[in-house]
Amino acid sequence: MPTKIEKDTLSGRDTTGHEWDGVKELNTPLPTWWVYTFYATIVFAIVYCVLYPAWPWATGHTRGLLGYTARSELTQQLAEQAKSRSVFVDRIRKASLADIRKDPELLSFAMAGGRSAFQNNCVPCHGAGGAGNIGFPNLADDDWMWGGSLDQIYKTIEHGIRNSDEASRQSMMPKFGVDGLLTGQQIGAVTDYVLSLSGKAKATPEGAAIFKDQCAACHQADGKGNQELGAPNLTDGIWLYGGSRDQIYQSIFFAHNGSMPAWTGRLDEATLKMLAIYVHSLGGGR
Amino acid sequence: MFLRHETIEKNVILMMVLTLITVSIGGIVQIIPLFTIESTVERVDGVRPYTPLEVLGRNIYIREGCYVCHSQQIRPFKDEVERYGHYSLAAESMYDKPFQWGSKRTGPDLARVGGRYSNDWHVGHLVSPRDVVPESIMPAYPFLAQRRLQTADVAQHLKALRLGGTPYSDDMIKNAEADLLAQATPDADTDALLKRYPRAVIGKAMSQTQAITEMDALVAYLQMLGTLVRFGDLPPERLRQ
Repeated sequence: MPTKIEKDTLSGRDTTGHEWDGVKELNTPLPTWWVYTFYATIVFAIVYCVLYPAWPWATGHTRGLLGYTARSELTQQLAEQAKSRSVFVDRIRKASLADIRKDPELLSFAMAGGRSAFQNNCVPCHGAGGAGNIGFPNLADDDWMWGGSLDQIYKTIEHGIRNSDEASRQSMMPKFGVDGLLTGQQIGAVTDYVLSLSGKAKATPEGAAIFKDQCAACHQADGKGNQELGAPNLTDGIWLYGGSRDQIYQSIFFAHNGSMPAWTGRLDEATLKMLAIYVHSLGGGR
Repeated sequence: MFLRHETIEKNVILMMVLTLITVSIGGIVQIIPLFTIESTVERVDGVRPYTPLEVLGRNIYIREGCYVCHSQQIRPFKDEVERYGHYSLAAESMYDKPFQWGSKRTGPDLARVGGRYSNDWHVGHLVSPRDVVPESIMPAYPFLAQRRLQTADVAQHLKALRLGGTPYSDDMIKNAEADLLAQATPDADTDALLKRYPRAVIGKAMSQTQAITEMDALVAYLQMLGTLVRFGDLPPERLRQ
């Protein structure tokens, strides 16, 4: 391999001196801007290694002159945020739900905070506008299973429904079909009776008698329900698990007993209060 | 002269020795940090190996490639902590083999999804995502609700994980199938299960079917994600800053 560096006549550049079967390689230098950018990145890397955590060793790593860690930065940012919000958050924590509603300034802060917490935590089940879904109640109407006052809504959000939280709202509709409490024919009769409460079917005396024996204790004799027990109103034509004859039959046969998580512990007290205010405002707060 | 390009290329032994040295440097840089794992993983209370049902649920999570679109790592950034909850700790995935941190978030992070939604929601969502989240682009997994969970080899799964360093006791392996049934059967006697696996979430996601399905296992796994460490009892000062 000859190593004779020549000057290329066409480009005026030197060759590298390598030659393969008469093919020679030009030794064109890199563009100046590129070379200096490259040097700048080296300088940047050295400065970075000095200032920030960089090199691992056997028992730890270099910590850098700035003492930066992502965790301490986060702690600091959260503290700053809490401080900037504390003017309102402290007042919300101290005020009663009714008082927050009366104070326009607090109310607008609570609505904004409640809306943002609702978007993050509640929308997957209750829908973007709180319109609900099959199995997940509509929060924008005035039909409440566990009560629609501010305090009742707050308690529902705080402790949830049928979960492992000790103060969660509890009630258990029997699985009339699964557990064999009623025969299929009896469930059919009581389904018709339930439909008749909103004028959708003709009731039989048998259905009325079964309703009185089995259902009226929670749903009341007139079928208007009992919010203490989360027993829905059966007369208003609003159905959590669908209002067709089949769907109601299934609700009685299987007893859905839906549940909602407890949000205390996951969300702080002020956020829970803001959520209650927001949900209350969606349409049907009492 | 010794390290000249031409000399190295023409001397195969020298080239092999130098290649070995170069490759070793790369290997050492990757391996050395693992020697310090005892000191880099913070000890926190509450983290335990997965229950048998959760192990099988996790296997389905991996089989269906959930990690392709869902991460399981909340980074210590304000927007993530505000949305998902406390940032993830290394200790929380110390029994994850392989880990499910993921590297892409087409869907939301799942590191703390446990307890956030009801079982009914998870079942409805997995069967038909757009029924509950209209804008979702997640594929539907309705077949999970129909496929019976293969439970006969669950003890073998635990044994294999023990070989990889997860501290499953003989007791846990012996009772693997019983624990699995107890966790997925409503009103079963769960004292022994809860003693072996504290804070296991008891319950069957699909309450309307008798047989334990793959859906039950997957939801059981999802419902425990991020719930083992109680951050209320763990002040920030206790965590390395």
